[in-house]
Parts: sequence; structure tokens; C-alpha cells
Amino acid sequence: MSKSDLSRRGVLKAGAAGLATPTIFTGAAWAASHAGFTNAPEGDTVTLGFNVPQTGPYADEGADELRAYELAVEHLNGGGDGGMIPTFSSKTLEGNGILGKKVEYVTGDTQTKSDAARASAKSMIEKDGAIMITGGSSSGVAVAVQALCQEAGVIFMAGLTHSNDTTGKDRKANGFRHFFNSYMSGAALAPVLSNAYGADRKAYHLTADYNWGYTTEEAVKQATEAMGWETVNAVKTPLTQTDFSSYIAPVLQTDADVLVLNHYGGNMVNSLTNAVQFGLRDKLVNGKQFEIVVPLYSRLMARGAGANVKGIFGSTNWHWSLPDAGSQAFTRSFGTKYGFPPSQAAHTCYVQTLLYADAVNRAGSFNPCAVAEALEDFEFDGLGNGPTLYRGADHQCFKDVLVVKGKENPTSEFDLLEIVEVTPVAQVTYPPDHPQMGGAEASLGSCNPGA
Amino acid sequence: MFGLNSKDTSLLLVVAVLTLLAPFILNPFPENSDLAQFNAGYPDLMQRFVIFGIFAIGFNILFGLTGYLSFGHAAFLGVGSYAAIWMMKLLTLNVIPAIFMGIVVAGLFALVVGFVSLRRSGIYFSILTLAFAQMSYALAYSVLTPITGGETGLQIKPIDRPLLSNLEPGEIGRANLFGIEMGNSYLLNVGGWQFTFNAGYYIAAVVMLIAFYISIRIFRSPFGMMLRAVKSNQNRLNYTGLNSKPYTLAAFVISGMYAGLAGGLMVAMDTQVGPERMFWTASGEVVLMAILGGVGTLIGPVLGAGMIKYMENILSKINDAILHQWFAFMPDGLENFKVAIIHPFIGKGWHLTLGIVFMLVVIFLPGGLVEGGQRIGRLFRRKKRKDKPSPDATPAE
Amino acid sequence: MEAIVLQVLNGLDKGSAYALIALGLTLIFGTLGVVNFAHGALFMIGAFCAVTLQRLLSLSHEVVDETRTDFLGNPLKVDVPYLADWFGVDAAQSIINWSVPLAILFSIPIMIVVGIAMERGLIKHFYKRPHADQILVTFGLAIVLQEIIKAIYGANPIPTPAPPAFTGSFDFGALIGMENIIYPYWRLIYFGFAMVIIAGVFAFLQFTTFGMVVRAGMADRETVGMLGINIDKRFTIMFAIAACVAGLAGVMYTPINSPNYHMGMDFLVLSFVVVVVGGMGSLPGAVLAGFLLGILESFASMGQVIDLLPGINQIIIYLVAIVILLTRPRGLMGRKGVMEE
Repeated sequence: MSKSDLSRRGVLKAGAAGLATPTIFTGAAWAASHAGFTNAPEGDTVTLGFNVPQTGPYADEGADELRAYELAVEHLNGGGDGGMIPTFSSKTLEGNGILGKKVEYVTGDTQTKSDAARASAKSMIEKDGAIMITGGSSSGVAVAVQALCQEAGVIFMAGLTHSNDTTGKDRKANGFRHFFNSYMSGAALAPVLSNAYGADRKAYHLTADYNWGYTTEEAVKQATEAMGWETVNAVKTPLTQTDFSSYIAPVLQTDADVLVLNHYGGNMVNSLTNAVQFGLRDKLVNGKQFEIVVPLYSRLMARGAGANVKGIFGSTNWHWSLPDAGSQAFTRSFGTKYGFPPSQAAHTCYVQTLLYADAVNRAGSFNPCAVAEALEDFEFDGLGNGPTLYRGADHQCFKDVLVVKGKENPTSEFDLLEIVEVTPVAQVTYPPDHPQMGGAEASLGSCNPGA
Repeated sequence: MFGLNSKDTSLLLVVAVLTLLAPFILNPFPENSDLAQFNAGYPDLMQRFVIFGIFAIGFNILFGLTGYLSFGHAAFLGVGSYAAIWMMKLLTLNVIPAIFMGIVVAGLFALVVGFVSLRRSGIYFSILTLAFAQMSYALAYSVLTPITGGETGLQIKPIDRPLLSNLEPGEIGRANLFGIEMGNSYLLNVGGWQFTFNAGYYIAAVVMLIAFYISIRIFRSPFGMMLRAVKSNQNRLNYTGLNSKPYTLAAFVISGMYAGLAGGLMVAMDTQVGPERMFWTASGEVVLMAILGGVGTLIGPVLGAGMIKYMENILSKINDAILHQWFAFMPDGLENFKVAIIHPFIGKGWHLTLGIVFMLVVIFLPGGLVEGGQRIGRLFRRKKRKDKPSPDATPAE
Repeated sequence: MEAIVLQVLNGLDKGSAYALIALGLTLIFGTLGVVNFAHGALFMIGAFCAVTLQRLLSLSHEVVDETRTDFLGNPLKVDVPYLADWFGVDAAQSIINWSVPLAILFSIPIMIVVGIAMERGLIKHFYKRPHADQILVTFGLAIVLQEIIKAIYGANPIPTPAPPAFTGSFDFGALIGMENIIYPYWRLIYFGFAMVIIAGVFAFLQFTTFGMVVRAGMADRETVGMLGINIDKRFTIMFAIAACVAGLAGVMYTPINSPNYHMGMDFLVLSFVVVVVGGMGSLPGAVLAGFLLGILESFASMGQVIDLLPGINQIIIYLVAIVILLTRPRGLMGRKGVMEE
């Protein structure tokens, strides 16, 4: 198997010959290079840090992210069928690693806890010499690790994180997000919902009681109210809740005719299952069929809700059934290697790795500030979401958003969602100082190369 | 020395030497060897070792001496962390006021929780402390978001301008001790080895040695004796006309202050707080650390803390690619077989290994890791003087 | 008014789950004096008995369907359950749909074996050890058990629906002359099931000789032992019964919420709170506390209540626990001297 030396320390032995050669550094602890930035790769390899949840409720999502990263590394190093590299509009990736250096990686477990995620990221930076950290499956972790990378002077390429805050009020110069966000979900969903269910609807929100839930509720509320909907009530549910019956039952007592579940992962599976149990979907209110909406879908998690997702609208960052060449190439590459189609988490992680590698190549340097500059306002295509802009003002990707619906007749356990509409990017674009994004106060700060 | 008997002095000296030489001891493998994976001598993990060591030492003052099992100790650590980071956001980036504030606020919170909870004993006490901690966690995660930052927690942001700092516009403040930043390190390359001497680690280590020293003094003091009396038989103590509550409450508050100190140090080393630091699993973790190491012993909880944090941070980072690298010299079939055998216990399976270690330790070493050390020690001693039976009947603490 | 009736129903339903888990936990506390942190894992194993049965019933072989393609464009391989070969497609589907009720029978022997193995293999060596050691070893066991389940079934929840006959809702309103009170059949069944189990356990302890001896053993183990009764054997059986109660609670819970490997840990802390609020060593106390906390939790999650006291739904259980433990030193019905030192 691979005989690569995964610890970057292979490259340090050059400077360590013979007697003690003390060096003093001020500034960051991880400053292990003379090249003016943290963890500058020496020798012929470069180390990336893949920090994903490997334990806890999001372990399966993390496992899928890790598969995507391994695939991306393989493709960057010239292995496999190249995946999306041939379809990517930027042509700097030639299968010879990044800037000619072979790509190696270290993995860690975020446990979906900020502390653990930061500990793991720090060990990658301090011990393994990782030049870039990527991954994660929750916004709390993304914000925490992004702040750490800013401090340490490495690039953070966010994995799955949907809260507005990641590129809103908590945006950082060293952090980049490809995944879409709550605002975009709301803006994309509202017109579709209004077309499907009418402009005269009364919505009842159940919202996970933490930051992501707040931003999603706000985004969906504003977008649907702009369409003429009325918000009857919005109730917060504890993150640790498992049985949502006592939150669902009161919905029956109101004249609401739409239930919006601002829940993700296990919360979403349970609240949706419970809502269907209570017969909400068979109900007629105000002469209209009662409907349920799930703003953010995760196909992996939706499996847990079984048949309950059928016909329910939501949004997603990417789906393997997209017909464009990039998506097809990625699905084929991933599916051939692992035997099942990739999830949206896998897709965003794969794309982030490619985007980082390409940015380094274009910048001609691993220096985080040069990389950030190359990524800022970078326009690309062929990575599965159509033409995309990495906006410089907040480091958020702007691209089409998929509105999906639970499929009525799935052919397999992976075939749960069907694409209803591809919302054009113009419709989900917002100014960088949008109030939902932290307003005028939010700032990236300045890029930190560490060292 | 230091008002300690010779045995305690030597224990303190041993701990001091081990702590100060940790960068060497924890990095036993050369940089480019396959086993470098097991090196733990990098700043973040070393800091964690001593910080959780302090947390466990403090927990042990309560549990080890009085027998009162608090199942909500993480709340004090969390509250201390929040207090510390607010100090840094508002007043100064120097870590001393932050840590001090962490201790004070955690102590006050412990006073309130302890006053209420200590009205009950046994499992009723445990559940009361658990309830307070879970409430702190749930509120910090949700309705207290304006103060705690909710899920995303608190970090030092570019807009934070502490009163006593002169940061440039847009500059993000860094924790420091009179100008020495916690991240500063001195790297020493010897042969194939690289050793990292980190300012933050040494500050935390000195604090831990002080905390350890205080804990020895408490264990040996009349106050400590009184607490042990509470553990052995509280009723009899009450019949003698003594009110034990002030003693237990004092122990509870001291123990809470230790947790606050650990929380403050955590913020000093890594300026970030999140509410899951107060979740019951975090409280459970310190209980496990103490039991794993050896309840009621001086050094045990520190060993337990080190063991758990080592597994969490080192085992979870070993992946299949690394395994293949280790066994690359074997024929392919054997290599894949070995990888398949080890695979469930590393990376995402580190929890499994942790669970197995818990069970093995408690089954085979009823006194925790300390007992393991004693048995090894006895083995050596027996070899030295075969004719004499080992006189070491008192547990080494 | 309707809202209140609904929340009472919800409370009884949640309470059923709490009460069943707490009942088993108290049996182990009361009879064996062991703090069992692996009790949540027993609940989880019960739930995965249902998943396992579902998987067993849908064991399939692949048939290539040339007319359709899979996501890679290859001919689609359709999984055809062996049951479908034997009984026809429709009959097979209805058997699979009934896997949760069938799992009740399937899980009982499994839970008994698991319970006996746990008690004889591990717990019995810890009767005389400090509670701290019991916590560590059972917590370790819980982690190991849940990691094994995770290795087999993954971390995501697995849908295990109730049979179609029970998926609808029952119109309570029509029964008592109110509108808009409908309640899912399966939750009503869960409540009824819990009542039967609870009644069964109480009847067993109250009216059989075996139960009498066990109750005597709970009160004074030494004396019973001196009377020449092999109390250890009976305690093993009690452990198996407790495991069974937790397991059945888990099986029946699967249609309410899709099971995942950490569901046991999610319930663990809550069930300890329930047991202690009920009072150590009291079976009726555990059941009462389960229902009480279930109902209060339901009321606290009503929009009107949250508006009045923001965040109350987050902390209600713990708040009630504190109030009860401060006003009643041994919980609702606790016995003196049990786990008080």
C-alpha cells in the first residue's frame, strides 16, 4: 500500500542533523518555517488536515466527508479517473499534487464539539504541520475552527455548515465556505413554496434552539412573509429533544396550515417522523391541505425518516442526480470507488479541496494570504453547481440552489430526493452587509499568514 | 520541605520534574519514525494534560476526601471559562485577571450550588449537581445566547477592544502574560527529535504544580482529616456535635474553584468557550478521570486525565492509511489482515478502545492506574530485597 | 382545553418511556445495589432487536433489472427478499411491515440472555465494590455496546415504521366531545403496553413466592440469605427481567423515533433523574416520577408557557428534580438509607 510518510516530520530531518540547533520563535507556536507563514511545506510533500466528525450523531456524515477527501487527494496526486478535475473550468490541476508537491493528509475527530474540533485542528497544525484545515458538519464547529485557523495563520475551507454566521457575523479572512446558507435556503424555497401551496398560507415554525436554528427561522420567515405568507407562531425546541410530540400537538390547535421544521440531522428525522405520526399531512385546514417543509435536507439523515419524507419540500447544496458534467463525473468517480453515490457533504468537501489546490497553484504559493487572494472573487464552473463566484467580501460561494422534494417512488435507498427547481444564483444573492449576515459590523479582518 | 513530609515532598518533586520535562518525555519517538504518531509533546495536548489534571485534582478534593460524588462539575469549568473570556474581551488580554476571574466566579457559583445540593447526600446530591449543570448547559446553549454566544460560543473578535490594551485597528487580541503570548514556543532539534517548549504550557504547568501542592496540603491538613471523617461516617461525626456542612461546603467550593481555574486556563491557552464544555458528558469525564486514575490518591486523577486525553487526541487521529504504512513491510495479505484487525479500535473507533480500557482497568486494577503503578513498584522492590516482605501497606498517594 | 388534554396525553406517552426505563433501573438498584450506567444501552439493544429482525426478514438476493439503471448507469440490481420468493411479494411486504410487533417476541430471549450474561459475566463481581467502580465499569460497558452497534448499523437513525394498521391517528375529540384531539395509534399502544408491563412487574413481585423472596431480599439481603434461600440466583433472574423491561421499552419505541446507536445515552441521564426523583429503592416512585416528569415536560413545551418563561422547556425536568429533592429528602417515595451515603 501507500508507503508515503504521513508525518511532515520527514521533511524536518534535514534541519535536524547532528547537534542541537535551537530556534526561537515569537508569535504562533506552530511557526515551524522560515518562509514567512505557518507550516510552509518543505520537501516534496504538503499536508492537509481533514477534521470531520468521526464519533457522535454525525459520524456517518463525517465518514462520507472523509471518503470525499481521500478521493480528492487521490485525484490531485494523479490517481483514479480525475473526478471533477477535467470538468473544472480552471486548468491548473495536472495530477501532480499541489505546486508539484505530493498531497498527504492527516485526519481527526471533531466529535461535533467546538473544543474537541479545535483540539484536533491544533494537533494537525502543531504536530503534523497541516497547511490547511477543512471539514466539519456543524456551524458551531465551523465557526470555532475558523477562528482558530485565523489565529494560527492557516486556511480553513469549511465543510458542511449552513448557518449564516459562518460567513456572516463570524466571517474570517482565512476562512472560506462553499456550502450554501440559511438565507439562500429561504430565498430559494419561498417562491417554490408559494407556487406549490399558494401565497395565502399560515406557517408555524419549530426551530432548533441554537444559532443555526435562529438564522434559518429568520431567513425562511422573511422570505415567505415577502411572498404573502403569515407566520402564526415560532417555537424553540431544545437541541437534546428526542420526542417532539409535545411541540407537534399544539400545531393542531392553531389555524396554521404549514409546518416549517428548522431542524437538522437527528432532530429533523424525529420531528418529521412525529409530525407525520400526528396525521398532520392528512389534515385539511382553512380548506387547504396541511403541508410540512424542511428548509435544509440531508439525504443521509433523511433516510432515517423513511417514507415520511415523501413529497416534502426542502433545499440542498447539491444532489448526485444533477445532470451536468461535473456532477456526473464526481458521482461516477465516487460511486465506482465506494459503491454508492456521494452526499452533499462529500461533494462540498471534495470541491473545497480542489478549489484550495487550484488557488495555491494559481497563486504560486502556499502562503495563506496569497491563497486567499486567489480565491477571492474567483469565478469558476464545472464543479457541479454551475457558474459559481467565491465572493471576496465575505468568502461565501454564490451559486444556484437546489430546491428538492422527497421522492414518491424511490428506486433505491439513495434515491430519496428529486430536484424540483434549480434556483438561479441571482435570486439568492444578497449584499455582504445584509442584516441577517451581521450587518455593517461584520468584517473579515485581515488575512493572517501566521509566523 | 514546603511543610510536607518527606514522602509527599518526593512525590511533589517527581511530579514537578515530570511536568517540566514533559516536552522530552512525551516526545519519545523521532520525528520521521512511524511511531511519531504516538508523540504527545505538542503544545495543545500538553496544555490539555495539565489543565484537565487541575480539573481532576480539584474534583478529587471533593470526591476523594468527602465521598460526595458531584455529577455536575463541568458547570464550574464552563462558568469559569465564560468569566475568563469576558475579562479578556472587556478588560485586558493579560491572562492573570482572566484566570483570577474564572476562579472567583466559579467559586461563587459553586457556593450557591453547593449550599443547595449539600442539603442532600449520596445519589440525591449527585442528581442535584447534575441538574444544576444540565440547566447551565441548556440555558447557555439557548436563551443565554447574548451572554454565552450560544452554540458557536465566544471568541475574541477583531471588534473586541479590551480597556487595557493598545491593539491596532482590526488586530485580533491574543492572550498573553505581560507580553509573553501563550503561543510562543522554543523549538529544540536534537538528532531526529524535535522538542517544543511552549510558553503557555509552562505557565499552565506551574499553575498545576501550585494546585497540586495546595491539594497535598489540604489532604494532610486537619481540614482534610475532617473531610475524611465525613466520608467514613458522617452520622457519627454529627453525633459528636460537629456540624460537618461547613467543611463539606468548603471542600465543594475549593473544588469548584479548581474547576474555574482549569476553565480560566483553558481560555488563556485557547481563547474560545462553547457550552458543550458543561454538558453532562463533560462532568462524567472528570468522574471517570478520577476513578480511572485512583480515587482519593493524590496523583491518580492526574494520571486518569492524561490517559483519557491521550486516547482522545492520539488514537482518534490514526487512520487506515497510517496503519498500512506501519505494516507495509509485511506481505500484502498479512498487511491487510492486520489492518482489518486493528481498524475498529482506532480513528472513529477510539471510543471503543476507551470503553475497553475503562473496563479492563476497573476489573484488574481496583485502585485505578495508581494501583497499577504500585504493583509494578512492588515487583521491583521485591526483586531488590527478596527476603523481606514488602512493608508498603499504606497506599502511596 | 383541547391543548391541555393533548399535552396530558403526550405526557403520559413520554412518561411511559421514562417509567419503563426507570422501572428496570430501580429493579437493579433495589435488588442488586448496583449503579448501572449500561441500562440505557439495554434500551438501545432492545430497539436494535427490532432493527435486526427487520433486516433478517428483508434478507435479500439481488436480481438484475435490465430495464432500469442505477446511479452509475449500470443495470439496476434490485434486492428481492427471500420471503418474497417464498410467500409472494405482497405477503412478504406485510410480514416485514409487522417486524416491530414481531420483534417483541424476538427480543425477549435476546434480552434475557444479554441480561444474564451481563450479570454473571461482569456485574456480579462488582456487588461489593464501591459505587465509583460500578459507574466506571458499566459506563465502559455502555460505550463498548454502543460502539458495537455503531460498527454494525452506522451512526444514522434507521427507520422502523409501525405496521400500516397502526400508523393512523385516533380521533379522541369525537369520543369526548371536543374538536381537534387526534392522537397517533402507536403512541396509544405504547402507553397501553407500558401499563401492561408495569402492572405485570408489580403483580409478579406482589403475588408470586419468587417476588416475595426478592422483595424480602431488597429489604434485607443478609437475613434472607441466612434463611437458606439462594438469593443470588433470584437476583440474576431479576437482572434479566430488568433487561427485558428496558429492551421491550426499546422495541416498542422504534416506530415513535427511528433508533440510533446513541439513543441509550440520550435517555440515560434522564432515567437516572427519574429514578432519583421517584426515590431510591421505590418501584412505584419510579413509575410515578416517570409520568410526572413526562407530563410536566409536555406542558413546559407549550408555546404560551415558553413565551411566559423563555427557556423553561430546556430545564423543566431538572428544575422539578431540584424542587422535589429539596422538599422531599428522599424523592417522592424513597426508602431511608438506600444510596444515601
